[in-house]
Amino acid sequence: MLLRYLFILLIIIPIKAFALIEVDITRGNLNPLPVAVSPLSIDNKSKENFKKILKQEDLGSEISIVVENNLRQSGLFNPLDKNAFLQEPDVANLKPRFEDWNLIKAQALVTGKVTFVDEKLRVEFRLWDVLAGKEMMALAFTTVPSNWRRVGHIITDKVYERLTGEKGYFDTRIIYVSEEGPKTKRIKKLAIMDQDGFNNKYLTLGNELVLTPRFSPTNQMVTYLSYFRNLPRVYLLDIETGMQEVVGDFPGMTFAPRFSPDGKKIIMSFAKDGNSDIYTMDLENRIVERITNHPSIDTSPSYSPDGKQITFNSDRSGYQQIYVMDSNGKNVKRISFGNGLYGTPVWSPRGDLIAFTKLHKGKFYIGVMRTDGKGERLLTENFYQEAPSWSPNGRVLIFYRETKTNSKGEGFSAKLWSIDLTGYNEKMVETETDASDPSWSSLLSD
Amino acid sequence: MNLSKNLKNGFLILMACLVLTACATKKTSTTSGQMQGDTYTGTDTVKELAKGVPDRVFFATNETVLTTASRETLRKQAGWLRKNSDINVVLEGHADERGTREYNLALGERRANSAKDYLMTYGISSDRISVLSYGKERPVDSGSNPLAWSKNRRSVTVKAN
Repeated sequence: MLLRYLFILLIIIPIKAFALIEVDITRGNLNPLPVAVSPLSIDNKSKENFKKILKQEDLGSEISIVVENNLRQSGLFNPLDKNAFLQEPDVANLKPRFEDWNLIKAQALVTGKVTFVDEKLRVEFRLWDVLAGKEMMALAFTTVPSNWRRVGHIITDKVYERLTGEKGYFDTRIIYVSEEGPKTKRIKKLAIMDQDGFNNKYLTLGNELVLTPRFSPTNQMVTYLSYFRNLPRVYLLDIETGMQEVVGDFPGMTFAPRFSPDGKKIIMSFAKDGNSDIYTMDLENRIVERITNHPSIDTSPSYSPDGKQITFNSDRSGYQQIYVMDSNGKNVKRISFGNGLYGTPVWSPRGDLIAFTKLHKGKFYIGVMRTDGKGERLLTENFYQEAPSWSPNGRVLIFYRETKTNSKGEGFSAKLWSIDLTGYNEKMVETETDASDPSWSSLLSD
Repeated sequence: MNLSKNLKNGFLILMACLVLTACATKKTSTTSGQMQGDTYTGTDTVKELAKGVPDRVFFATNETVLTTASRETLRKQAGWLRKNSDINVVLEGHADERGTREYNLALGERRANSAKDYLMTYGISSDRISVLSYGKERPVDSGSNPLAWSKNRRSVTVKAN
């Protein structure tokens, strides 16, 4: 488990409730569901203890804010103003007065209780259907107090899943490249943060250029490109131990790495004598396999979730286009045929779509197409943006965007953005510094 | 009369074309006299490895072929390397910011190798030349305009020792 977090999940009341409220996630944020997230109730003694340990005045209220922000960011929910709430948190968690919550137009209600038990944080929460006047779900978690934000994310995942019918993506992290300094001498560091931007940590010091970090399926390892000693090579980093190693012994640049879905292999490009081809290396037996053998540039490989196919970027037609092949390199098929250049294909975790970057008439687009290349849909247009990465449930894409500089070459910035698969809910993701090359983890508590 | 009128009109159109072409040509040469097509031909960022030996060559968008001017620069570099047989070089290949990061890494590598191949045809041993691609990571000009991008699409020969 990531960072040796002690995490115990107890389901206290399995509920067989009627699916009364439903959120249609295919329609984006056209009609976000009004939801009331009551501050979680907390007794005075627990409050004092958590205040001492975590420097949080009211942990119950803080956890509810985590939930509320997550729900708002998703674009599917509209968390209501807490000032309008009429019922005290402790009473509401026992028995909501549904007519009061109905009055402020809440359709769903989240309540809960926080206690300090044996040096641990215990959180229970309930989800209520206000119109039907019924409890939909009740769960409790016990964990170390420092995990309190994760509890908020897990509650959001449960609420999201119960109301949309699909798994959430809130108890996740983003690994990315933090950027500072002038455009001509950018300093880049690997950084990791919670999906909502909290708990940011730097994993490298900025002494060497680092690019394109990607999580392993279990989120414990990261593969990325480092210019350590001016030798650009693919590296592996164990987030838990901080141990780093070069992947393979290639007599030239290796780049564009990703894990196979079973986590056993790294797939990447190896450039030699002006030609880049795709290779894999087995992390257990170190066997290197050549997957493509073509005088054009072959790069940006990404496996299908079942590991049977690979999508990649090649200019074998003369320009950058997207291709799909079997995982042994056979049956290469071009799938992008629209106007412009296509790059950075990445297979959706659901398997049905490939997200990409497109360059057409001086504009950059993030889009998706089906794996046969049909049904191309462009989600967003900008001066420069690229490198989409999927949320683990395949509903949201995170990517980075760079600004145009002025005539003096000033005003450059790089930021992370996210957008719903529907093309709605485009948002900047706050980071401490400038940021690029985001990669979304899978669910940490899955 | 009809014929002559047509001819006259045709002539006028032809004249107009000539004037327009002239304007267009003139415009390109004044506003971006430092580019031919979209390959940089100026000297703003160019340094010298030795007197009269420029350190870099430039490329057109998405291209890795050497222009006539680039070949001339590389012949000078080859001459200088032959005279200084103790010097080794790194060819640093670069791309502009108008491409995806991973593809640009491959493109920079290809550009540096096309310079390397040319040096080798003038008798410079491959042992003396290493290649390093920076993709779009190290622009010399931070501008977001065609001239800045043309300066950034380059292969730079750097002394390694």
